[in-house]
Amino acid sequence: MSSVAKIPAPGLMNSPEFRLLIIAVAVFGLMSALSPDRFLSAQNMTSMAFQFPEFAILALAMTLAMMTGGIDLSVVGVANLSAVSAALLLANVAGPEATGAAGVFWLGLAILLALSIGAAAGFINGVLVAKFGLPPILATLGAGLVFTGLAVAFTGGSAVMGFPTAIAVIGNETVFGVPVPLILFAVLAYALHVLLTRTPFGLKVTMFGANPRAAFFAALDIDRIILKVYTIAGMFSAVAGLVIMSRANSAKADYGSSYLLLAVLIAVLGGVNPYGGYGRVIGVILAVLSMQFLSSGLNMLGVSNFARELIWGALLIFVMVINVVDWQALRRRR
Amino acid sequence: MSDLLKRNETLVALVIVAFCVVATLADPLFFTVTTLSDLLRASIVIGILAVGCMLVLVSGGIDVSFTAVAVFAMYATTIFTLGVWPDMPWPLVFLLSMGIGAALGAFNALFIAGFGLPTLIVTLATLSIFRGFLLTFVGSDRISALPPEMRNFSRMVVARGTTEAGNFYALPWAFAALVAVIVLTWFILQRTMLGRSIYALGGSVESARRIGVNVRATQIFVYVYVGALAGLAGILHGAMGRMADPFSLVGLELSVIAAVVLGGARLTGGYGTITGTLLGVGLIVLVQNSLIVLGIPSSWQTATIGLLILLGTGIPAYQAKRAAARAG
Repeated sequence: MSSVAKIPAPGLMNSPEFRLLIIAVAVFGLMSALSPDRFLSAQNMTSMAFQFPEFAILALAMTLAMMTGGIDLSVVGVANLSAVSAALLLANVAGPEATGAAGVFWLGLAILLALSIGAAAGFINGVLVAKFGLPPILATLGAGLVFTGLAVAFTGGSAVMGFPTAIAVIGNETVFGVPVPLILFAVLAYALHVLLTRTPFGLKVTMFGANPRAAFFAALDIDRIILKVYTIAGMFSAVAGLVIMSRANSAKADYGSSYLLLAVLIAVLGGVNPYGGYGRVIGVILAVLSMQFLSSGLNMLGVSNFARELIWGALLIFVMVINVVDWQALRRRR
Repeated sequence: MSDLLKRNETLVALVIVAFCVVATLADPLFFTVTTLSDLLRASIVIGILAVGCMLVLVSGGIDVSFTAVAVFAMYATTIFTLGVWPDMPWPLVFLLSMGIGAALGAFNALFIAGFGLPTLIVTLATLSIFRGFLLTFVGSDRISALPPEMRNFSRMVVARGTTEAGNFYALPWAFAALVAVIVLTWFILQRTMLGRSIYALGGSVESARRIGVNVRATQIFVYVYVGALAGLAGILHGAMGRMADPFSLVGLELSVIAAVVLGGARLTGGYGTITGTLLGVGLIVLVQNSLIVLGIPSSWQTATIGLLILLGTGIPAYQAKRAAARAG
């Protein structure tokens, strides 16, 4: 406040995305050097491409919520509720006997059901934030418990299994050698990028996130923006839920419970400002890649899951400390 | 009078009374000393954690790492005691655990007060750091051979006996720790400048700074104090369960936060009372232990807690929003 705010040069070198590119390349290089024959193998590349889309899609949902200065702590709950609902339909109504055209029909119906539930759950989050004025942390925390709780109640806490074989397409198949989950992630990432940068809605989201007060005085329909943001986030989470369901060939209320931290971590690592107003999809993609390289590499080096959790947490704090200097500059400019 | 009716505390108290009435009608055995002592015992650990969590919310932050702090302090203390001085008197064991908790709290404070990072993201990160460090470097085995002094402590009871119907009841001395924490925290919040600074900080950081509150020192105190309370809750949990389990407690944080917000503390800071927090703890403990008496299957427990949070915080928030809209 005492010193005149220095506006950082918008050069390539200064952007958080460039720093991320360096991090991603450095992690990739380090892991390649440490275990070259295993990390660089085609098998590892394919398995990584199957692994990351499920939490990467959750990170995209988180990114959208964070753009408004909010947060969505219910992403995993929404994903599991959607997956469990779709799974109950597939296992109890369709059954594993449904093959061929019938299988495809039920798959389509299950996807529709999961997406509708995701949208409805997201809409509920949006209503709680926009209409009831609850802080996003509290709204999505409470709603997330309800969604997870419903998934537990529907299944009695056990896994739902026994789907038509067509379900494997979402999580386990490849198209021209490209894993389907990766294609889904790419499509959603591109869609979010276009939504945020090329549409009036994206501009409004950014403006609201950067300064809610100014957005209010600029007569933006804030309630509508928030409702849409959380509904879209809910639908993204539902897609992630479907991928998880297909890959595990089952659905359960507590799958992917570590993904919440991971989604927040990736969004923040990707340069998204948790105070709102700044975030780029390319940053999130680079952050996802860094995390997956790190995760797979550590796995090959025989590092335990617990140590990986420790490293993720440390990385999140480290990146925040670096970024906070930039955000302080941003906030001073306001 | 109308003021009293609008408060969260009143609402929660009414829900608790209604719950107990319905539960007693459904099952007369519910209204016994045995149930009461079970519920009181279940509320010791969650109550101490909730009081600490309330302090953080009042100061305008949020802490999700305290369960990891608790389990870290408990497990590290047990390992250290067993390895270095197995006969360490239990007051020292408790102090050691609180000291470890306070140190971990200081780690949180470093990033929150020092770098000004958002509290949710810092504590989400430290939750996995503490837990990851504990399970990787300290140990991941459950220890049931606790130091003898901890076992002795767990046998000390305030009251024990058998009801006429032949049901056993016992209230351990650990309950005194909860009472002590409540009294101390009440004193700090209501009778010291420090306590008033915490409320001021939660109301508005900038205003607090301008009336001369040392923002950084106050924040550091809050997170260190919460860490120490978590250390105490952790070691009590270990002693009462007669087992040091490094996988326990983590996951409880959402229920604790639920109890605190149900009791009227606001995430935006500046609001929160001990009475409200204890009532919130009471309701959550009831839901966790006695939902089945009302005929609701226990698989609906998570959904019920979530719904209670949304109702308990949504209604006041909605009223506040409407009042603000009317005021223009």
